[in-house]
Formats: sequence, C-alpha cells, structure tokens
Amino acid sequence: MTSAQWSVGEGHVKKTSGWRLFLKTIIARAYPRVIGQQREKSWMFFDVLLPMLAVSAYVFVYRAIGAPEEYIGFVVVGGAMTAFWLNVLWSMSSQLYWEKEQGNLSLYIIAPNSLMAILLGMALGGMLATALRAAAILILGSLLFNVQFAVVSFLQLFTVFLLAMVALYGLGMMSASLFLLLSREAWHIANLAQEPVYLVSGFYFPIKNLSFWVAAAASIIPLTLGLDAMRQLVFPSGPALGFLSVSIELAVLVILCLVFLTGARFLLAYMERLAIREGRLTESRR
Amino acid sequence: MSTTNLKSTINDQQSFLRSFKTAAWLGWQIESNWTDPFLFAVYSIVKPISSAAILVVMYSIITRGDFASPIFPYIYLGNAFYIYVGAVMAGISWAVIDDREHYKTLKYMYVAPIHIPTYLFGRGVAKFVVGSMSVIITILFGVLLLHLRIDLAAVNWPLFLVSLVIGVVMLAMMGLMLAGVCLLIAHHVWFLGEGVAGALYLFSGAIFPLDVLPPFLRWFGYLMPITYWLELLRRSLVSSVAEAFPTLSGLSNVQLLGILLGLTLVFGVLSAFIFRWCEYRARERGLIDMVSNY
Repeated sequence: MTSAQWSVGEGHVKKTSGWRLFLKTIIARAYPRVIGQQREKSWMFFDVLLPMLAVSAYVFVYRAIGAPEEYIGFVVVGGAMTAFWLNVLWSMSSQLYWEKEQGNLSLYIIAPNSLMAILLGMALGGMLATALRAAAILILGSLLFNVQFAVVSFLQLFTVFLLAMVALYGLGMMSASLFLLLSREAWHIANLAQEPVYLVSGFYFPIKNLSFWVAAAASIIPLTLGLDAMRQLVFPSGPALGFLSVSIELAVLVILCLVFLTGARFLLAYMERLAIREGRLTESRR
Repeated sequence: MSTTNLKSTINDQQSFLRSFKTAAWLGWQIESNWTDPFLFAVYSIVKPISSAAILVVMYSIITRGDFASPIFPYIYLGNAFYIYVGAVMAGISWAVIDDREHYKTLKYMYVAPIHIPTYLFGRGVAKFVVGSMSVIITILFGVLLLHLRIDLAAVNWPLFLVSLVIGVVMLAMMGLMLAGVCLLIAHHVWFLGEGVAGALYLFSGAIFPLDVLPPFLRWFGYLMPITYWLELLRRSLVSSVAEAFPTLSGLSNVQLLGILLGLTLVFGVLSAFIFRWCEYRARERGLIDMVSNY
C-alpha cells in the first residue's frame, strides 16, 4: 500500500497530504460558511435587516441636520461594510473560542490538518457569504435612499476592495489566535470592539474629519483606508473628502495584507503551542 | 381576609422578593465577574461613549460644531437614554437565551420554587445598573466636553424621575414580552432583542424628530411608548427642546405623561398575557430545555 492510501477493512480510502490536504481543508471549512449559512434564511434576513436599521437611522440623522446628499451615500457604503467587520469579529476572531466552547477545537488540533488552513477556510467562506449580505445592504440602501454612484475606475475599486478584504481577514486570523487564550471575556471583548471601530474607521462619515494622527492610527484597521478609497472612487465628491490619495491607500493596504497574513501564521503557531502547554484548548469557563 | 389567606399572600410576596433579589445578584455576577473591575469599568465607558461620539462627529461635520442648536441635545439625550432600551428590554429577553442555550439552566429554574417573570425582572436589574452607569457617563461626557447645556437648577426633577421610573417599568414589561417569544423560537432568537431595539431606535424618534420619517412610517412611532418617554426625559432636562420640533410640541407634559402611562398599562397587560401564553406553549412543546447549539 502506498503512502497515499489508507486501508479501512477491505476497502481503500485515498489519503491526501501536503498542499492537497491544505487546500481541501480550506474548502471543507469554507463550505459550511457559504452553503450552511445560506440554508438558514432567517439569519440572512436578520443579517441584512439589522445593519439596514442602523443605516436608516444614520441617514435620517443626516437628513434632520440638513447634510448634503453624498453623506447619505457614505452611510450606505459604510453600513454595507459593517457586515464584514461584524463577520471578522464574531466569526473569525472569536470563532476559535466558540469552537472551544462546543468541543470542536480539540478535534481541529487532533486532526492531521493545518490550523492555518482552517482559519483560511473560515476567512474565505466568511468573506464570500458576507459579500452577499453586504451587496444586499448596498443595493437596498441605494434604492431606498436614492444614492447616486459615479465610479471612476472599476479596476481600482475592485483592487481596493480585494486588498481591504485580504488585510481585514488577515487581521481576523491574527486575532483568532489571540482569542484562543480567552474564555468568557472573548464575547465581551468582541462586543467592545464594535462601536469604537465604527467610530475611528469612519463607517458613517469621512475619516478625514478626525485629526490626521487619529486617522493614521485608525488605518491599522484595513477597513479605514479601504472605505476611504472606495468612497473616493464611487462618489463625485469623494476625492475632496478623502484622507490620502487612492494610490497611497492602495500601497498601505498591500503592506497591511503582508503584515497581517505573516503575523497570523507566526502568532497562530505560537499561541497554539502556548494554549497546549497551559491546557487551555479544552478549557471551558462559562 | 382570613389568617390563612394573609399568610399565603405574605409568603408569596416573600418568595417573589427572594426570587428577585437572587436573580439580581446572579445577573450582576454574570455581567461583571468575567474580568477585573478596571477592565469592566473601561468596557462600561468605551462602548456608550463611542456610540455617542459617532453621532457627535456626524453632527459637528455638518453643522460645523453648532452645539447650541436644539437638535443637538435632542439627538444626544435621545441616544443616551436609549441605552436603557437595549439594557433593560433586550437584557430581560436575553436572560432566557443565556439560561437555556449557554448555561443550560432554564429547566432548573422552572423546577425551582420561584416565580419566573420575577426571576427574569431580577436578571434585568444588573443590565439596568450597567445601563445606568453608561447613561450617566454619556451625559457627563456631553456636558463636560461637548457643550451639552443642562442647567441643573432648571431641570424639572419630579417630571424626570416619574418619567424615568415609568419608562423603566415599561421597558421591563416589553422585555418580558420578548422573553416569552424567545421561549418559543430557536434559530433567530439571538437577533430578536437586537432587532426590536434597532427597529425602535429608528421609529421612536430617538435620534431625529419623527417628522423626518416618511409619513407612512410615523404612525408606528406614535404607537410606541418609548417615543413619549424619550420626549419627556428630554423636556425635563432641556425644556427648550419641546418648542423646537413640531412633532409632539402640541402636547403638554401632563398629556405626554398620561399617554406614556396609558401605553405602559396596555403593554404591561399585553406582555403578561403574551408571556403566559408563550410559556404554556413552550412547556407543551417541550421547548424549555431546548438547546439548538447555534
């Protein structure tokens, strides 16, 4: 029997290893994110409804104080992007904590696959599933509030979006390894990271209006520059309200992608070792 | 009343009080003992301040920092007091989910000699305390740093306290209604409190006057007691807000208080019936110890 085969009774099951196993793990972990989540229609409904309620509230605030119409568009785009931040917080960063609570984490560690591949699968699946929800919020918001877009460059827009997503989910993978060590506080910390990030990343207003250093510090969160660049590319008044030029923001996003993905790789290995040594992988402090 | 009946009533009241006090203590432990007091204090401050700061930045960008306009206290105070809606209403319904799905203790609560609605109200106390801290910190932040003008000598304290108490009772009753619904559903139970609180945020004129909404949506706000409650709280703290917006300016404070009281009674009776019906259905269908693992 070759190393690529594994005997079960009289039959033979093909065994994969190396890159093939890595890729199969990614697809296997992405599958429930993409297919499973679509099966629960009520989740889809609430995932779109809740951000839409927040978007509508902020739109009406802008209308109440007589804001120019492009700010309505800013809110709609920002509201759509909250879906990604929520997904990264609740389904990436704190995911390993949930898995620990449900007893799956030890199975992940026991299985002969890479934890990095599992996280990449979660990221890929989460990104695709959330893109559907974000698109729904964007379309619904644009129709309800009559938002006018004027795209300067579809290629740049796609590149900015892609880079922002890779960097964001890289950040999610990195923080997932930190959450590996947390217990009950994981829920509270994820909960705490919602509004402050909405504020400093400028989800509902141009980030330029915060001071330069606050905006620069907030740029560590990929959605800050991603959102700013996207607004510059889709709204006529965007460039005037942009924080940095799109080309600089693209360059920073590339750097963030590299830093977060590499950081996730090393941090995950370190935290996994630490969690095993300290016996926290099966710990469940409710 | 006979001696036996009197004793039974006193025992019932003692039992209710014991359930309430124990549930309040349990709720406080769950809310606060996950971390050290410093991190808990940071957690209690950062979240509401950030939420308020989003609105403040939006407002200051558009109005170039015109904090003297009456719309600013309208938005700021509405948002600050709305914290109670998420804390009390969603908090009470969340206790059902927490006990059933997370701690898996709801069935033990049902076999224990306690009154379940009283227990749920008790669980809401901790949320109310944390919510109160957030409300106070948010308002202090506004007064000290954002030119929110509240003249303590001009505040209508009796109106403020009466409105606050009625409002908290009203929110607790609405929470009980949601808790009943939570007993019956599994898949979207996590979103229920948040969804209702989000919808009311939009329709109750918490952060913008109701006349900004399209006319066909305004009637929903007029039916909700939260609309009148927030208006009373704003008027009691900053009286100039009342004249600035036409939506409820035709109503006096007493009329608003009457409407709030009336709607609170209606929602109170409704929630008691809905909870009892939902609880009966949940027992009948064996849902009290349901664990969906979502």
